[in-house]
Amino acid sequence: MSTTVVNTGTEGKTWGGGNEPLKASYGKMMMWFFIVSDALTFSGFLAAYGFSRFKFIESWPIADEVFTHVPFLHGQELPMIYVAFMTFILIMSSVTMVLAVDAGHKMNKTKVTWYMFLTIIGGLIFVGSQAWEWATFIKGDYGAVQTKGGNILQFVDTDGHRVALGDFVVAEHKDRTAHERKNGLWFVDEGTLPTYTVDEVIKGLESHENVLVRTQIINEEGEKTVLSRAESLKQIKENGKAVVEGANLYVNEYGSPLFADFFFFITGFHGFHVFSGVVINIIIFFNVILGTYEKRKSYEMVEKVGLYWHFVDLVWVFVFTFFYLV
Amino acid sequence: MGHEHKLEILRGLIKFKSNTQKIWGVLILLSIVTAVEVVLGIYKPEALMTQVLSMKLLNWIFIILTIVKAYYITWDFMHMRDETKALRRMVVWTAVFLICYLVFILLQEGGYIEGVYSSGFVKRDF
Repeated sequence: MSTTVVNTGTEGKTWGGGNEPLKASYGKMMMWFFIVSDALTFSGFLAAYGFSRFKFIESWPIADEVFTHVPFLHGQELPMIYVAFMTFILIMSSVTMVLAVDAGHKMNKTKVTWYMFLTIIGGLIFVGSQAWEWATFIKGDYGAVQTKGGNILQFVDTDGHRVALGDFVVAEHKDRTAHERKNGLWFVDEGTLPTYTVDEVIKGLESHENVLVRTQIINEEGEKTVLSRAESLKQIKENGKAVVEGANLYVNEYGSPLFADFFFFITGFHGFHVFSGVVINIIIFFNVILGTYEKRKSYEMVEKVGLYWHFVDLVWVFVFTFFYLV
Repeated sequence: MGHEHKLEILRGLIKFKSNTQKIWGVLILLSIVTAVEVVLGIYKPEALMTQVLSMKLLNWIFIILTIVKAYYITWDFMHMRDETKALRRMVVWTAVFLICYLVFILLQEGGYIEGVYSSGFVKRDF
């Protein structure tokens, strides 16, 4: 097509093409726009969390009482410490990422390689920590009784310290076994049965004078309401329906099941972002080692991946605030 | 492409000599803010429990500190400080406007439903 006209006569003019008014490459700009849309997705989730929380403002679980565990420190109540550690790990891996980008600008392959490596390690520690958080949350620690209306009744002693079900309830012999597909209807399944039944909890409560029931309702001091001894027995006997140990998408021993649902969904979605970030970082890491960006004479790819990685950190800052602090 | 970085933070109060130094500086700043949040979260000082605009003062402090952290992550780690004004506004103003809008609507609605519950028209506490 030698007759094709290639000159438009507008070269060098504003609309002549080849102009970059934003002084950013196509890839970088698209990464920014993706980040905006992803930020809106996350805000949608967090706003929905806020909606449910405002809806149940008088009975929402207190995060400080839920996330109190630190690995290797059993039985100690250390709220926030582990999440703070996770936050620091993620910020730290953001720092190594931005150092990798900086080294990339200086075309320093060795430094980029090392900083990318450290970033990946940080990401893996974070994902591992999150898996541990999930496991602890699913397992639960004290156990509770759910009422007919879906409220959660927890147990405390007369000093207000939490009491685990195992401390005052005795499991008796049960004829009821968990229904499995292999010994009943093959298309019906049921989860693990709780260790205790409601009747056993009632017996345990009757024989332990110092155990009281604590409801979900938050009083004026910002603490959960503790019932009197008579009220406690009445509540459990009249309304107790199921024993709850730990948390899943249906029940949650810490309070509203919605809290568990949002926890799994939002931290899960964020954890998935971290996981994909780690995978992308590993791909870029190998590209760096293979010298792809040396040949390209630009480490801009590291910068683009860096934007995504920082965004994951940015989201965590908000998740941290709204799930653990506020 | 020249990679010039603006090396001052806090409106020129602190000026760094190199980009690497600025990164470490921002890390220290973010760590301090996080540490303050954690300490406040653990001790929950009585004085900060007063209600301001229908939320505890402590919670407002947490939210403001979070936005401060978000600002430094975006501006320095994501190099928003070095982008053109147009790109910065396209990204930041769009997100901020839409998020504020969404949060306002959902929280307003959540508060309203709470009011319906607590004023006794719907019984759910049994």
